[in-house]
Amino acid sequence: MMGSDNQGFEEAHPFASREEMENLVLDDDSTATANKSYSNYRSARSLSPPILVTPADSDPLLSPSLYPNAPDHNNNHNHHSSYIEPPSYADVIFSPFDQNSGNDNNTGNEINGIESTNQFPDSPISPSSSSDYLRITVSNPQKEQETSNSLVPGGNTYVTYLITTRTNIPEFNGSEFSVRRRFRDIVTLSDRLAESYRGFFIPPRPDKSVVESQVMQKQEFVEQRRVALEKYLRRLAAHPIIRKSDEFKLFLQVQGKLPLPTSTDVASRMLDGAVKLPKQLFGESTAVVAPHEVVQPAKGGRDLLRLFKELKQSVANDWGGSKPPVAEEDKEFLENKERMNDLEQQLSNASQQAETLVKAQQDMGETMGELGLAFIKLTKFENEEAMYNSQRARAADMKNVATAAVKASRFYRELNAQTVKHLDTLHEYLGLMLAVRCAFSDRSSALLTVQTLLSELSALQLRAEKLEAASSKIFGGDKSRIRKIEELKETIRVTEDAKSVAINEYERIRVWKAFVSLSAFYGYIALSKSAKDASLVALLEFSYRKSKSPLAFNGHENNRTELERLDRERQADFLNMLKGFVVNQVGYAEKIANVWAKVAEETSGYANDST
Amino acid sequence: MITTPRSGSGSAQSPRSPSSQPYLSVSVTDPVKLGNGVQAYISYRVITKTNLPEYQGPEKIVIRRYSDFVWLRDRLFEKFKGIFIPPLPEKSAVEKFRFSAEFIEMRRQALDIFVNRIASHHELQQSEDLRTFLQADEETMERLRFQETGIFKKKPTDFMQIFKDVQSKVSDVVLGKEKPVEESNPEYEKLKHYVFELENHLAEAQKHAYRLVKRHRELGQSLSDFGKAAKLLGACEGDSLGKTFSELGVKSETLSIKLQKEAHQLLMNFEEPLKDYVRAVQSIKATIAERANAFRQQCELAETIKLKEINLYDSCLLFS
Repeated sequence: MMGSDNQGFEEAHPFASREEMENLVLDDDSTATANKSYSNYRSARSLSPPILVTPADSDPLLSPSLYPNAPDHNNNHNHHSSYIEPPSYADVIFSPFDQNSGNDNNTGNEINGIESTNQFPDSPISPSSSSDYLRITVSNPQKEQETSNSLVPGGNTYVTYLITTRTNIPEFNGSEFSVRRRFRDIVTLSDRLAESYRGFFIPPRPDKSVVESQVMQKQEFVEQRRVALEKYLRRLAAHPIIRKSDEFKLFLQVQGKLPLPTSTDVASRMLDGAVKLPKQLFGESTAVVAPHEVVQPAKGGRDLLRLFKELKQSVANDWGGSKPPVAEEDKEFLENKERMNDLEQQLSNASQQAETLVKAQQDMGETMGELGLAFIKLTKFENEEAMYNSQRARAADMKNVATAAVKASRFYRELNAQTVKHLDTLHEYLGLMLAVRCAFSDRSSALLTVQTLLSELSALQLRAEKLEAASSKIFGGDKSRIRKIEELKETIRVTEDAKSVAINEYERIRVWKAFVSLSAFYGYIALSKSAKDASLVALLEFSYRKSKSPLAFNGHENNRTELERLDRERQADFLNMLKGFVVNQVGYAEKIANVWAKVAEETSGYANDST
Repeated sequence: MITTPRSGSGSAQSPRSPSSQPYLSVSVTDPVKLGNGVQAYISYRVITKTNLPEYQGPEKIVIRRYSDFVWLRDRLFEKFKGIFIPPLPEKSAVEKFRFSAEFIEMRRQALDIFVNRIASHHELQQSEDLRTFLQADEETMERLRFQETGIFKKKPTDFMQIFKDVQSKVSDVVLGKEKPVEESNPEYEKLKHYVFELENHLAEAQKHAYRLVKRHRELGQSLSDFGKAAKLLGACEGDSLGKTFSELGVKSETLSIKLQKEAHQLLMNFEEPLKDYVRAVQSIKATIAERANAFRQQCELAETIKLKEINLYDSCLLFS
C-alpha cells in the first residue's frame, strides 16, 4: 500500500495485530458482502480513483459513504479518506509536494505512493531556458551473472537496473534512451565526478552495503536501492553543471560497459604506494610531485611522501610564526565555511529529532490501535456473555469508543507516512552538507598543495644557490657538484611546473577569471592546458551564458556560486517542507479530533449522569 | 456493588441534610512524606463526617498510612466472608517511583475510593474494624497493625493449605474417589467463568491504556526536542526561513506541554479506573476462592465426622 517510498520508517512489516484489527472489525456483524466491500476499499487505496463501496451494515468503519466526501483532486487518490472531511486543512494535506509546480526536472508531480519526488527544484533560477528537461527513471532490477574470470565457480551474481532517460537537451544524442547499469558503475560515476568537479557541491551517492552479496538477495534491499539510485541520478540531473558533464552523459547513454576508468581499489593503491616507497626512502630525496598529480588531493597509499610534506606545511601554517606564501585571505570564504559547519551541525541535530518524532508518532498510532482492538474484544465478550441488557447497552457504547480509537490509529499512521516524506528533506540536505564540506576541503587542500610546493621550491632554490657558491670556489669546477646542480635545476623546473598547475587548480576552484569579450573567451579555451578541458569548457559555457553578454562579470567564484545555489534551493525546499509538515499536522489533528468529538457526543449521556 | 462515583470525597449526602438521615462520608487527603531514608512513608489525613451514633461526634480526623488500609482490608476479608471487599491499590514495587507526585496522587485517589465504597456498603459499613480505623488514635492503630502480622499469620496458612490441597488430590487419585470441588450450579458456573474471562480482557485493556499514556508522554517529549532543534536550525538560517523555524519550534514546545497534560489526564481518568476494575475483579476472584475453600473445609469436616462415628460405633461394638 504505502510501502515503496518510505524507506525504513513505515510499516515494512504488517503487524500481526494490525491484520487482526482489520479482520476483527469485520467479524463483528460480519457478512460476506461486508468483508468484500472492505477489502475492495483497502485495495482501492493504492489505485486511482477510489472505489467507494456501500457496505451491508452500518458499522462506521465499513461505511465510508455515510460521510460527505471532499472534492477529489486529480492528485489525490491514495490517502483520500472517505471519513469526515472538514473543508479546512483536510483538503490540502494529501499532496506533499504540489508546491513544486513548474519544476523543470520533474514533469508531472509524482503522487505519493508511486515514486519519490525530486527534492531539488530548480524553481527560482534556471541555468538555461525553462523548457529544458532531463528526466530519469530507474527500474526493472535484474540479476545477472558475472561471466568472466570468477574465482568462485558458479560465479558472482549482481543486480543491474534499467536507467531510462527522457530529455530535450541537445547535448544528448536523442530524446529517449535506456541503459543497464550496476551499482559499481554508480560508484565509478560518482568518483569521476568528484575528481572533475572539485569545489562543487556534488550530491552524495547512495551507500555501498557492507555485506553486499548476502543482502542483495532480499527483495526489500533491491527496491530500497532502486529508489536511492533514482533519487541520486535525479539530483545529478538537477545540478546545472553536472547534468551536462561528460561523465554523466556517458553514464546515461553508452550501452554496454561503462566507458569510465574504474576506481582503483585499495589493494592496488597500496601496491602502488609500496612500490614507490623504496624510491622515496632511498635517496632521491627530491622525489618530485609530477604536475599532473598535483590536480588531485594527496591520497593515502600512493602519495605518502606528498602527504607528509603537506602535513608539515599545514603544521607550519598553524604554528609557524610567518605567514605562508599564499594565504587563504578570502574572509567571505572563511565565514561561509564557518556558517556551513554550523548549519551541518544543526541540521544533524534536527534530523535526529525528526527521526525520534516519527518513531513517537508511529508508536502512538500502534498503541492506539491495539487499545481499540482490546476494547472491541471486550465488547464482543460482553455481548456474548451478557446476562443483563444493560451490559449490552454498555457494550454498544464501548464499541463506539473502540472503533474511534481504531480510526484515530489509522489517521496516525497516515499522518506519519506523510511526515516521513516531508521531514526526509532534512535528511537529504544533511547528506548534501557532506558534499559541501568536501568541496570546501577541496579548496583548502588545493591551497595546501600550492603552499607546500612553494615552500619546497624555495628550499630547492636555496640549495641550488649554496651548491653553486660552493662549486665556484673550486677551480675548474667540481664534476660531481656540477652534476648535482644540473639535477637540482631539473627538479626545480619540474617543481615550478607543478607549482603553476597547482596554482591554476586552486584558482580554478576559487575564482574564474573575468572575461572581457567573446574573443577572450575563445582564446582562453585555446590556452587552457589543463587535462580537464571538457569540464572547463562546460563551465565556461555555463558562466558565459549566465553573464548573458560578452561583457565581463567579475570574480565569479565557484564556491560562492555553488553556495548561493545551495542556499536558495535549500531555503525553498525547507519552506516547502515546513509548510507541508505543518499543514499535515493540522489536517490530521482535525480529523482525529472530529472522530473523538463524535464519540464524546454519542456518549454525552454518561457525562450528565455522573455528578 | 461498585457504583460509587469517582469524585474526591464522599458518598451520599451532605452534612447539612436533616439529621434523621444517616450518613457516613469519608475523605482521604493531604499526603505527607514522613520519616527518613528507607523508612520513609506517606501518611494521609482521613476525615470522617457522620451522624451515626456509633461514631464519636460529627467529624473526626485521623492520620493513617498505607499499611493501615491493608489492615482494614484484611480484617474485612476475614470477617465478612462472601462479600466482595473493595480493592486496594497495589504496593509499589519500584523504589524510586514510590514518592513521585503522580504515584502519590493515584494512590490517594484509590484509597479514598476504597474507604468510601466500604462506607456505602450496608453491611460493611457496620464493621467495628471500620470504626476503629476511622477513629482510633495513631498508637492504637500501630499496635493493631503489628498484632495483625502476629496472630493471623496469613502467609504460612496459605502454604499449609497448598500442601493439604496436594495431599488430598493425591489421595483422591489413589483411592479413586471423586470429590466435589465446590457447591455449584450452572448459573454460578457461568458467572464464575464470566468473572475469570473478564479479568483477562480488562487486564489487556489496562495494559494498552498504560502504554497509551506512555506514548503520549513520549510524543510530547519528542515534540519538545524537535522544537528545540528547529529553533537552533532557524538561528542558522536567518531571514524569513529562520523565523519560520523558530515559530515551529515555539509551537512544538507548546504542543509538547499540552501532550504531557493530556497524558496525565489519560492516566487519572482512564487508566486508573481501568486498573481499579481489574483489582475489583481480582477481589471477586478472591471471594470465590474463599467460597471454594469454605466448601472444601466443610466436606473435610463432614468426612472426619463420618470417620469418627464409624470409630465410635466400632469401639462400642468392641466394648459391648
